[in-house]
Order: sequence, then C-alpha cells, then structure tokens
Amino acid sequence: MANQRIETTKTWTRRCLFTGAGLAVMLMAATLFAAPSDERAETTRTRSDARPQVVISHHKFSPAIVNVPVGTTVTWVNRDDEPHTVTSTMQLFTSPGLDSGEVYRQTFTKPGTYVYFCTLHPLMTAQVVVK
Amino acid sequence: MDTETMGGRERSAGEGERGGFDRRGFLSCMAWAGTGLLWTAAGGVLAARPIERALAEERPGNASFRFAQISDTHVGFNGEANKEVLGTLGQAVAKIKALQPAFVIHTGDLTHTQKPGAFDTLTEALVDARVDRIFYVPGENDVFADGGKEFLARFAGGGRGWQSFDYQGVHFIGLVNVLNFKAGGLGSLGHDQLEWLEDDVAGLKSSTPIVVFAHVPLWAVYPKWGWVTEDGGQALAYLKRFGSVTVLNGHIHQVMQKVEGNVTFHTAMSTAFPQPAPGAADSPGPLKLPADQVRRALGVRDVNYVAGQSRLAIVDSTLG
Repeated sequence: MANQRIETTKTWTRRCLFTGAGLAVMLMAATLFAAPSDERAETTRTRSDARPQVVISHHKFSPAIVNVPVGTTVTWVNRDDEPHTVTSTMQLFTSPGLDSGEVYRQTFTKPGTYVYFCTLHPLMTAQVVVK
Repeated sequence: MDTETMGGRERSAGEGERGGFDRRGFLSCMAWAGTGLLWTAAGGVLAARPIERALAEERPGNASFRFAQISDTHVGFNGEANKEVLGTLGQAVAKIKALQPAFVIHTGDLTHTQKPGAFDTLTEALVDARVDRIFYVPGENDVFADGGKEFLARFAGGGRGWQSFDYQGVHFIGLVNVLNFKAGGLGSLGHDQLEWLEDDVAGLKSSTPIVVFAHVPLWAVYPKWGWVTEDGGQALAYLKRFGSVTVLNGHIHQVMQKVEGNVTFHTAMSTAFPQPAPGAADSPGPLKLPADQVRRALGVRDVNYVAGQSRLAIVDSTLG
C-alpha cells in the first residue's frame, strides 16, 4: 500500500509537470499550428483518463508505456495518414490495419508486460504494463 | 567504377567503341537525379544524360528489349496526399502501354493494407497495359495481415515468392524482404532465401548481366526509417563477382541512385503518393503536395537492354 501511495504521488507530480509542459506547448503551438496543439491536448487528457488511450502519430505510440490495473481496456487511435497495427510480440493480440482515424481496443485481464509493435513499421514498439 | 573494370567489361561483353564511360558527365548529372535523366548502366557503372539528348542518340532497332518497373501502387489508399489513386494508376498503366515493354516488374505494395478486392482492382487495371507478363514481389502492405497467404497464392503459385528467370541473356532475380517483420527489426531476406540465391547464381558466368528486384531497398537508404534490408549485404556479397548488377527497389516512393562497385541501386517512384526525402520530416509517410505538383512526384520506370552493349538504360518519367 505504501508503495502504491508513493507511486500515486509520483504519478501526480508527473501529471502536473506533464500538464504544465503540455499547456506551454499548446500555447506555443496555438500561435503556429492548429493540429499539433489538438494532438498534445489529447495526449495530456489520456494520461488522467481511467480508460487510457494511446495515440499513434508520426510513427510513434504515445505514451510508449501505459501502466494500467487488471481489467482495463486500452484504446489506440491512429492519427497518421497511413496504416498501422497494434500487434503483440507474443502474438497475444493484434489489430487489423488501422487506417487514419480508426480505433482499436484491447482489454487486459491478466497482469504482465505486453510488448507490442506495428507489423507494417516494425521499428514502432511500445508496451502496456498491467498490474 | 574505374576504367580498368570498364575495359574488362567491354571486352567480355564484346562491346564496340561506344562503350566508353564519361565519369565527369556522370558526376555532373548526379545533381539532377530523378528528373529528366537517362541512366545508362554499363558494366555496373552508371552514366547519365538528359533524356532529350539520350533519346536523340538512341538508335531505334538496336534495343533488344525493354521492360517497365511499376511500384507502390497502394490500391485502396484514400489519404489527403492523393484522392485519385486509381486515376494516377491508370495514367501510369497508359504510359507503360505506350512503351510496349517485353514485361513489367512490380516492386511491391500493390495494395494499401490488403483491402478486400484490392488485388483484383490492381491486376484488372494492369490488363490495360497489354503486356505478356508481370512479375510481382510483395511489399509489407501486401502481406502484413495474413503472412503473405493471399499474395503468394495469387502471384507466386503458392511458392515463397522469390524467383529468377532469364530473358535474352539477362538474369532477373526477384527477392522478398517484407515477410516476418520482427518488433524493432527491419526488412530481411532470411536464411532460406539467401541460400537459394547463392545456389541460383552459382552456375552463371560473371559476365551475365544481373537485375535484382525487391520492395525494400537492399542498401541502407535510411535505416532510421526502416529503409534498409537487414541482411541485404549478404545477398550483394553473392553478386559481387558479376560485372553488371542493377538493383531495382520501391518502398520509399522516390528516385534515388547509388553506385557501389559494379552494383547500381535505383529506387522508384510510386504511382500513389510521394514520401519525404530521408530525414526531411519527423517520420516517413504520405507527403501532401500542392495539387498541381502531385503527379510530378509519381511515375514509372522504363529500362532498356541493348544487345552487344551490355547496357541497361533507365528512364524515370513522372505522370505530370
């Protein structure tokens, strides 16, 4: 329990920092581009969401590591203009090819570290840690 | 690319006095890469001339055969970079038809993520090119969903996709480097295919002109974006003894060339959408250009082999 509380405090600190940084970026970006600011905002929101979302953009999964409790459904959304997949390296799950704007959901019912990648762009890797 | 090597090639290929290679001309033209140039490979070394001059110099009737390369047709793509993928494909097919090539080589990504019916749409569109034969190698978009099952059944007679054939003294080799992508890894040929390749070329004379075609570049164009074949070097080692090796790739949707010893590498344009130059953007992917520029970044390739001169003359032409 103590560990969990520390973890929570850390998470909050990280969240505050992240939100602060996110706001700063949004302010800067808002003056330059419209699209990137929306993207950042979305990533920031998902961090504090009970239903975590991973955004696929510029050939990256963001966040690259998602920590969730058992039973959580994680959502992926492809914001790139080309297809990607969400595929377990252990072949435990795979999405179909996700076109731009398409969404994939996967529920994690057992603890563990789930490493996944995009089968079209194998340099894209990330993980879901289920506790 | 020294003259000594050239001399050897000229003798073995029985070339006449026209076999000379103008190094200065080649280098000065490198800067023009990709537009309006005719690339001539002699003994594995490239020379380039503006197309207009090259066409004027070309002696009709001397070409033993020509073939066309088409790549990255991405049937099913509907992104902002090109909303008319079938339109640009049709234009590319018309260009190929006008060339009347002996055959066509498709260097992969026939479809955009194997959407239902996409393979049919592509093969039906290519019927209009009126060519006897089309050779296909897969891109990752053609095989990622089912491990290549449909592609191999349709285009490789249920085999494993790699292939070779001879045409008028030139040995053609099609390689597959998009199956079994591993997390964090790159395109690769794999042990079985490399063994096959070693056997395939073992009995050939070193003077045999070789043309290799595969989807992902066999040379390290830009590893950071996965634009490289992990074990491509091993394949090239088996081809090192040949005086003329021409490697034709797709995947990166733009024309790039490189000369390494007797090997010349060429990547091709897509007919569907352009991609940024290596490192010119955060990531690879469809490049949105102003509407009037899109067709200038798409195209097909015409390759001429002239008997007795051991030359492969390569012309990349855009759709706009």
